[in-house]
Amino acid sequence: MSTVDQVPLIQCRGITKVYPLSGVEVHALRGVDLNIAQGEMVAIMGASGSGKSTLMNILGCMDRQTGGSYLLEGIDVSTLDDSQLATLRNRKLGFVFQRYNLLARSTALHNVELPLFYAGFSPAEAKKEALLALEQVGLRDLAGHRPNQMSGGQQQRVAIARAVVNHPLVLLADEPTGALDTVSSVEIMQLFQRMHNERGVTVIIVTHEPNIADFCPRKVVMRDGVVVSDDNPSGSHRTMEEA
Amino acid sequence: MTIRPTVLAGFAIQALQANKMRSFLTMLGVIIGVGAVIVMMAIGQGTQNQVLSRINQLGANRLTVMAGAQGGPPGRTTSAGNPLTLSDVEDISQLSFVKAVAPTVRGSVVATQGNHTWNTGITGTTPEMADISSLVLQSGRFFNQADLKAASPVAVLGQTAYENLFSYGVDPVGSQIRLQGISFRVIGLLRPVGATAGSDQDDVIYIPVTTAQIRLLGTSNQLVNAITVEVQDQAYMDRVQADITSLLRKKHRLTEAQEDDFRIMNNAQIQEQVESVTGTLTLFLAAVAGISLVVGGIGIMNIMLVSVTERTREIGVRMAIGASKRDILAQFLLEAVLMSLGGSLIGILLGMVATEVFAMVTTWPVAISLSSVLLAVGTASIIGIFFGFYPARHAANLNPAQALSYE
Repeated sequence: MSTVDQVPLIQCRGITKVYPLSGVEVHALRGVDLNIAQGEMVAIMGASGSGKSTLMNILGCMDRQTGGSYLLEGIDVSTLDDSQLATLRNRKLGFVFQRYNLLARSTALHNVELPLFYAGFSPAEAKKEALLALEQVGLRDLAGHRPNQMSGGQQQRVAIARAVVNHPLVLLADEPTGALDTVSSVEIMQLFQRMHNERGVTVIIVTHEPNIADFCPRKVVMRDGVVVSDDNPSGSHRTMEEA
Repeated sequence: MTIRPTVLAGFAIQALQANKMRSFLTMLGVIIGVGAVIVMMAIGQGTQNQVLSRINQLGANRLTVMAGAQGGPPGRTTSAGNPLTLSDVEDISQLSFVKAVAPTVRGSVVATQGNHTWNTGITGTTPEMADISSLVLQSGRFFNQADLKAASPVAVLGQTAYENLFSYGVDPVGSQIRLQGISFRVIGLLRPVGATAGSDQDDVIYIPVTTAQIRLLGTSNQLVNAITVEVQDQAYMDRVQADITSLLRKKHRLTEAQEDDFRIMNNAQIQEQVESVTGTLTLFLAAVAGISLVVGGIGIMNIMLVSVTERTREIGVRMAIGASKRDILAQFLLEAVLMSLGGSLIGILLGMVATEVFAMVTTWPVAISLSSVLLAVGTASIIGIFFGFYPARHAANLNPAQALSYE
């Protein structure tokens, strides 16, 4: 069933993460093995303290692992320097956070333009691309609004537009519905599904809510810093028909 | 491809505008510092210019030879104390690089004209003195070689002497005045010069040296009080001074062990000394003002540190979406430099206004020099970079994951 010759997009081998916390070492990850193929939509589940957010930070190149290896597109991320990681985050990865993390004093448009600016776009080019992304999340009309003039669901859609505006390979979301009501949560998850289907982007969503995880074909469950269950441990790509 | 500098500048300006009051108060330290530097240096420079222009009026390429030994403890027996004579004047005029020489015979006289009486000094000299001392006539003429040869009783009045001997507005040329009871014809009136080192340069009456020696003072017709020498170029001042020294020592038959029995005042040396003193004064004033500029810089650093802490999450977000350390460093450094440069521009304008107001109120001489403006701007930008670097580096070195989870 698996296509062995295809290199998985994400390959984690024995990832550990140790935080020194007031003299005591906290082992957040104790050896995570995980493969994710191009085009998958994966939910990483687990109780708080299970290490899922720590794993998310490492997968998103926001933090470095203490041990083990992490290959993204076959490249060992630990060999890259800070500025190469910044470029990686800018071009290959898109982030969505629980609390949206939009710049409070900037308009929706400017928030979506930001990743493009860091990629070297001119203001005119950035505006064009950002408006397209806002249109895709259905908020073109709110381009001039500031975060405090928008609902939580709308803010999170702006954040998703910001995450996909640079056409990343992977969309990472850390509890993206954690601050939203049920209706908005469903809307947001449907938007992730649409991005996944329309753009073919790999989506990784960290959540502790089973009904949110149900939107994802593959579920990975973590406990105490290790993966305890995985629908598809090989990481080979499964089409919807196969599933 | 990395972020465009104009876009980055936009980020910095946006951040400063978001906290207008805070940005302005932070800039205020630099505004006051730069303003103070401008005002202080204008005062120092103005004072220097004034003193130097007075010295220049006296002639920077002039030497004055006076009889009598230099300084020395009182009661100390010096050499014979030979006087200066007209033959010295003749010999000095033969030296190379000497442009003109004029003797001076001085005396105090009582001058009368009508019912006006005035105690003043007379200066007996030769026609060359008019050129050497850059004397400018307001009316009439200076005495000439014929007057000198004939020991004519003619006089040229300084402005103060004129004001005290004549009623206001009366042209004195052609009038008779009496010096020690002897009748003189006024042939010229000098333009006012002003005071130098507390002495009124206008309280003087010039007469031919021959007239002074023979008719007025009754001194020997050879002795003079001082000899003024105009050198062809300021570059030869030291050379001519040395030549005069050896000439006079030889004529006075001084041995190696004996000290000079005359003094030579070198205007170029005096000018150098004044320049060095007032230059030090200007620097000192600038340094005092510069301290407030440094305090302003510390204010910038303080606010930038607060700003970095407040915006930790924002920094985390920017890093998450692709800002490199360099981008973050550049943005925060730019914010600091913009504040110090903006502050220095406002400070320059304010300093110029304050300088003008100060000059009007106190009539103190001031001069705003380009160098003081450049110094202020240069110092302010260096301060912006210096004090902005630490907070900016602090921001750039944040770990993105930790910055994002900062509460």
